[in-house]
Amino acid sequence: MFAVADHIVDTRPGRGDQTLMPGGQVFITELRSAAKAAGVTLFDVTDPDQGIVHVISPELGIVLPGCTLIAPDSHTCTQGAFGALAWGIGSSEAEHAMATGTLRLDKPKSMRVTFDGALPSGVTPKDMILTLIAAHGAAGGKGHAVEFAGEAVEALSMEGRMTLCNMATEFSAMSGFIAPDDKTFAWLEGRRYAPKGEDWDAALAHWRTLRSDPGATFDAEIAIDASAIRPMVSWGTSPEASVGIGGHVPEDAEARPLAYMALEPGQPLKGLAIDAAFIGSCTNSRLSDLRRASALLEGKRIAEGVKAICVPGSSHVKREAEAEGIDRIFTEAGFEWRESGCSMCFYAGGETFGEGVRVISSTNRNFESRQGPNVKTHIASPETVAASALAGAIADPREVR
Amino acid sequence: MAEPLTTLTSRPAPMLRNNIDTDQIIPSREMKSTGKTGLADGLFAGQRYTEIGGRKPRPDFVLNRPDYADTQILLSGKNFGCGSSREHAVWALAEYGIRAIIAESFAPIFAGNCVRNGVLPATLARADVEAIAEADAAVTIDLPAQTIALPDGRCWTFEIGGEAKAMLLEGLDAIDLTLKNSDDIARWQKADRQARPWIYLGDGR
Repeated sequence: MFAVADHIVDTRPGRGDQTLMPGGQVFITELRSAAKAAGVTLFDVTDPDQGIVHVISPELGIVLPGCTLIAPDSHTCTQGAFGALAWGIGSSEAEHAMATGTLRLDKPKSMRVTFDGALPSGVTPKDMILTLIAAHGAAGGKGHAVEFAGEAVEALSMEGRMTLCNMATEFSAMSGFIAPDDKTFAWLEGRRYAPKGEDWDAALAHWRTLRSDPGATFDAEIAIDASAIRPMVSWGTSPEASVGIGGHVPEDAEARPLAYMALEPGQPLKGLAIDAAFIGSCTNSRLSDLRRASALLEGKRIAEGVKAICVPGSSHVKREAEAEGIDRIFTEAGFEWRESGCSMCFYAGGETFGEGVRVISSTNRNFESRQGPNVKTHIASPETVAASALAGAIADPREVR
Repeated sequence: MAEPLTTLTSRPAPMLRNNIDTDQIIPSREMKSTGKTGLADGLFAGQRYTEIGGRKPRPDFVLNRPDYADTQILLSGKNFGCGSSREHAVWALAEYGIRAIIAESFAPIFAGNCVRNGVLPATLARADVEAIAEADAAVTIDLPAQTIALPDGRCWTFEIGGEAKAMLLEGLDAIDLTLKNSDDIARWQKADRQARPWIYLGDGR
């Protein structure tokens, strides 16, 4: 059992226990004393291993193929990328798990989502999952444990696989997972809590058996042509309200999200002026995400008047990025470079981009007021966020020169 | 331990949109303490009050209309309770007085949180939810019979898992239930430790 401070911590440079978020400091203090009393390993605010729980667990080799892993956070499904059954629960279920070592749950139905073909250049796992949710709805995976499979999934890095699985909860799935393979094993080998020596060999032999049988049947199957996927951006207040970057607000869009987002039916998304840009969250804040975004930003400046922030997913990611000079690319382009945490993926009375502003964000939720009072959030890949920050308007990352 | 639920009669408040997320049910900014109480005032705060952080009711919000002032039932569309796993959403609903939600579907974590806090998540087809909303009259939920009835005689059967039903009916505590199987759990864990020693933290991990 592990604990970490991620949602509530401040991400401003030089942070301590104090938070802009009301009550944050009390939460941190209580977490610290409760973890100590219960003998739970805590990655505290200034711990070198601190970070977003779904980023640090794989970094430390806590999640393993074939394990069950739970956390009282809906995005725990991120860790299904390692062939684990990982899912989010509520506080009472967390209490139950801690008290009994078990959870009571109904067996989920099974679904396989197969991404056939190769992903085009400049298109990312974020675009894959948004394509799935846009096509099949935010409740499309309800009650299912979803295996992501197919050529385009196998081709993804472990970090890309985490992005894909991360938003299984936005599909209303119990979880998402990917069969472990050599990439998975190579990622885990040597990490702090991963098995060592003979244990590693025994584990590896077991892990190699964790694949769906050829000819396995699922309660539901969805096939998606990966080669047809385009960079995606959301227009509404549910992740299902997303379209290709060259697309338009649907003609039959509901009135409420249109009014909230201050958009008209048929309006193009590309070129829509933004006030702010955010790169971070358990969806897209790992080293590869920051590398790809920084490659677009290198030697350029973001548009005048755009407030842009990059929040690495873990303290480890932050140090690695700084060692590569990625932080300088971000700051020279006009982004703020922060300490790791969940940050402005959600608003809890602390930091926000400002009432009602329009934000392009590499996060997972575009709900009403999710990022602050009346903030209009468009979710997209880190590349699309970087390209849009440069343009000052929603932009196609494939067109950045 | 939650208050047992058997039957309930109340005029349900219609919120028929799809994808009402837990950020709407209780915004993060309203989760001000580390406890489970003091949350009812923050329920639907973004829609219920005239301004963010304020407490002046917006008269057009459904729960502020006198007809639904004492409602114990909500009606909704697809995927109610999606998004964040925050159990505060259910704590706020329960503290406000909501005992049942009738919706086309629920997000899975939210539905689990409901059952653990004595709130019934009852699933009906869209057309049936709309029919109840149109009738705009007190409905009677009979949990043992798994029915929802209107005064005009129309009646629907809803689905709910056997264990969830038992827990709601008797206000059972899940931990107490599970601890009855402590021996089975210990036996399984002992066998699993031998089969998969590498998955257990401790020596070498």
